[in-house]
Amino acid sequence: MVLMASSRREAGVKSFPLVIYIVVPLLALGLQSLLSLHFSRFDLIDLPLLVTIYYAITQREPVSGTLVGMLIGIAQDALTHHALGIFGISKAVIGYMAASLGVRVDTENHGTRLLLTFGFTLAQTAILWLLQRHMLGQPLAWHGVHELIRAVVNSVVAVVLFAMLDLTRRMEY
Amino acid sequence: MESFFSRYRNALVLIAVLLAQVIGLAVQVRRPDPNGTDKGGVRLIRSWVVGLVAPPERVLHGTGKGLRGMWTNYVDLIHVRQQDKDLKAELDRLRLQEDSLAEDARQAQRLQVLLGFREKYIYKTVAAQVIGTSGTEQSQVLLIDKGSRDGIKPDMPVITPDGIVGKTRDVFRHTSQILEISDATSGAGVILEKTRIRGVLRGDTWGQPEMVNVSPDDRIQRGEAVLTSGGDAIYPRGLAVGTVDRVVPDPEGTLVNVLIRPSANLSRLEEVLVITNTGEEMPQEMQQELTDAQQKASDVLAERLPSRVDPNAPPDQQQTTEDDSAEEGAARPVKPPAALHPDRYTPSDTPPATELVPGQKITNDQSHEPAPDSGVDHPAKAPTSTPRGQPGTAAKPASGTPANPASKPPTGTTAKPKPKPAPKENEPSQGQPQQSQPPATNPAPAQPTQPTSPQGGA
Repeated sequence: MVLMASSRREAGVKSFPLVIYIVVPLLALGLQSLLSLHFSRFDLIDLPLLVTIYYAITQREPVSGTLVGMLIGIAQDALTHHALGIFGISKAVIGYMAASLGVRVDTENHGTRLLLTFGFTLAQTAILWLLQRHMLGQPLAWHGVHELIRAVVNSVVAVVLFAMLDLTRRMEY
Repeated sequence: MESFFSRYRNALVLIAVLLAQVIGLAVQVRRPDPNGTDKGGVRLIRSWVVGLVAPPERVLHGTGKGLRGMWTNYVDLIHVRQQDKDLKAELDRLRLQEDSLAEDARQAQRLQVLLGFREKYIYKTVAAQVIGTSGTEQSQVLLIDKGSRDGIKPDMPVITPDGIVGKTRDVFRHTSQILEISDATSGAGVILEKTRIRGVLRGDTWGQPEMVNVSPDDRIQRGEAVLTSGGDAIYPRGLAVGTVDRVVPDPEGTLVNVLIRPSANLSRLEEVLVITNTGEEMPQEMQQELTDAQQKASDVLAERLPSRVDPNAPPDQQQTTEDDSAEEGAARPVKPPAALHPDRYTPSDTPPATELVPGQKITNDQSHEPAPDSGVDHPAKAPTSTPRGQPGTAAKPASGTPANPASKPPTGTTAKPKPKPAPKENEPSQGQPQQSQPPATNPAPAQPTQPTSPQGGA
């Protein structure tokens, strides 16, 4: 199976310098906030989600994926007017799932990354919808086509972004 | 036991993280702050994140603005002259419009005082730059570069010259969050301008503002203006909100929702105004502006009125006196055309008031030939001849009180003589400004002005 991790290199864990762990999420949050101001359709892209997925699938450690997702999600919550925890919960789940899958599949493959991001974007939307609609009782409609477009856009952006982030990592066996 | 935790470590961490956040969510939702803002640890976390994100955004925003400023201020100046000309014409038009509106505003203010209506006037605003957004579709929130240090507090209305934007929510020291009117959790009291239908404005799931739960009404038409009603105690009354886009049925009932196209471009906001102070009395500055507006409007009108020398006017309407040239271009009354069949009522044939004798009947000959000596020592005499012998209309002297008490009109007449003494030579009449008197070169101050004003006065 092409998507499965079969070689030692594919199974290797990638680590990053500590500064990258801090700067990249903050940069993602800042760019998301700034670019959405000047390009109204930029809010289709979820840069913090992509960073969460990338860290999770490259670390391949569900605990760290969960914690990274939670921290990035809470930081994203802080920029909204929602209660803290909505994005935190959804990104913690996504981080856990991405890290769990990262152990089993070849995350170096662009096609795999595309499919993973597509699925995780839809999964996050579903979690957000459940949380806001049914747990908090907030008005939120499900627009199927719109969410599919969002998932496709995020997948394409993820392939480029992940390739750029690959330049910052160091391999550990 | 140890093997259980080590075996299910990942899942247990996930459950613990989710549980902690769910409890945190429940606490936040269960105990919201009455002011609508966060408190305690939640506010601290927001403050930290905004403090980390805002400075780079401010720098990037400032850099981009500087680059755009270089382009617009130094390079892209091609159509500036034409724009300047157009703007001046627009300014003149607006001054005239403001004049009429100023009178309406005064009248409305008087009526509001009579009715005990409490109006809110904008006293003070703070201009702020928009430096960021929430970055998500689910939260229509903006970040501005002004905070509590600049006098901003939660729930202050935020506007642009085009219309309202939203209200402040969480206010930090150097930055503030603005909840836009397009957010699903926002709320504003609005009213349709023509049909006067009131409603509550909030954002729909697509981020478009809508008036919710409105009774179906055929009078609601696309393009009708929507204004703030002032009923929410946040937005001052009468601010532009937008226009009606379309009416859609409410999915949860028999009512309808009116989708609004916002006046302010909510997707391209760069600068906003935060209203930091309002009051119930019209501020002095606004009153002064109203007064100035009327004066400026009269200036504009004077410039637009035909001058004394009008090339298109017939020859008998042209001014021919010598002093006309001294005031070339000034606004002057237009002289009425000459009568085809002059009689004693013809303005140019009426004798001056100083030559009239009370009780004396004016004949056509007398009116055509004024008295040779219009001495200034003579008291002012009111004209005694009245049309068809009506006493009241002739009793009004041209200037001052008639010396003869017999010239007083009988009680019950419509016109009453002013109790002013006849002015002496080169002495302004009491209670009248100096400029209303004839010029010093005119030796007959008691002589009335040419009776062109009834027809030709501007």
